[in-house]
Amino acid sequence: MTCDEARIICHKTQYKDASVWEILKLKFHLLVCNACASFSRKNTKLTTLCEEAALRNLSDKDKFRMKKILEEEI
Amino acid sequence: MKLAKRDNNMYQLNPHTWVDRYADYLFNYAIARISDEEIAKDLVQETFLAGLKSAKNYKGTAAERTWLIAILKRKVIDYYRKINSKKGKAEIRIKYNPGTESDGDWLEEQVADPGSILENDFIENEELGLAIQECISKLPKKQSAVFTMKTIKGLNTEDICNELGINPSNLWVMVHRARTALMECLNENWFK
Repeated sequence: MTCDEARIICHKTQYKDASVWEILKLKFHLLVCNACASFSRKNTKLTTLCEEAALRNLSDKDKFRMKKILEEEI
Repeated sequence: MKLAKRDNNMYQLNPHTWVDRYADYLFNYAIARISDEEIAKDLVQETFLAGLKSAKNYKGTAAERTWLIAILKRKVIDYYRKINSKKGKAEIRIKYNPGTESDGDWLEEQVADPGSILENDFIENEELGLAIQECISKLPKKQSAVFTMKTIKGLNTEDICNELGINPSNLWVMVHRARTALMECLNENWFK
């Protein structure tokens, strides 16, 4: 497995989208690759930060409505 | 973030891009102060309209977003003034919480304690949220859309691919680029 492939699987694990086989391959890769192990730690930290921040976004519908009202005034 | 600047290093306003660039950032700022989602949305909308009305007073010394946040801050203050002045009341609204197990019921006990871990966590999480939103706004549009749909809205891969007309491999490459850029951005703006 290349580092590029490992990093993509690392992202998938953040969203629980990786298969069991992919997780096993990733775990093995992380044991032998320090750069990807460091990347994985940072990536997991980013997930934790996003969860702690409890980000909220406006829906597309809300944004469309806002744009419409704003464009009418411009 | 790509800021619109004139040749003489002054910022300029571009209201056509306000909703795409700042609506989520302003919404997160408002929702942290006013827990009512609908009121927070209204305040963001009012901020854009007020910004448009006072555009002629914009001197170009502050970035567009900083200027819009300043307007939103005033809107939030006005909102609290308005609800406190309704029914002609001028008192500060603090619930007495007689049912709690605290030793006394003095109002001082109800005031936020600056040393409290919970208070500090709340402030830090709010600042973190705004720092992340700022970093997201620096991403290319498609990466920002993919990251937002996957991380904030929690949509599944198939739905995002269908909506954006991309295949899963493209999606994960975009997620990779977005997350790598965000890690670097937060490293610069949050951890330093």
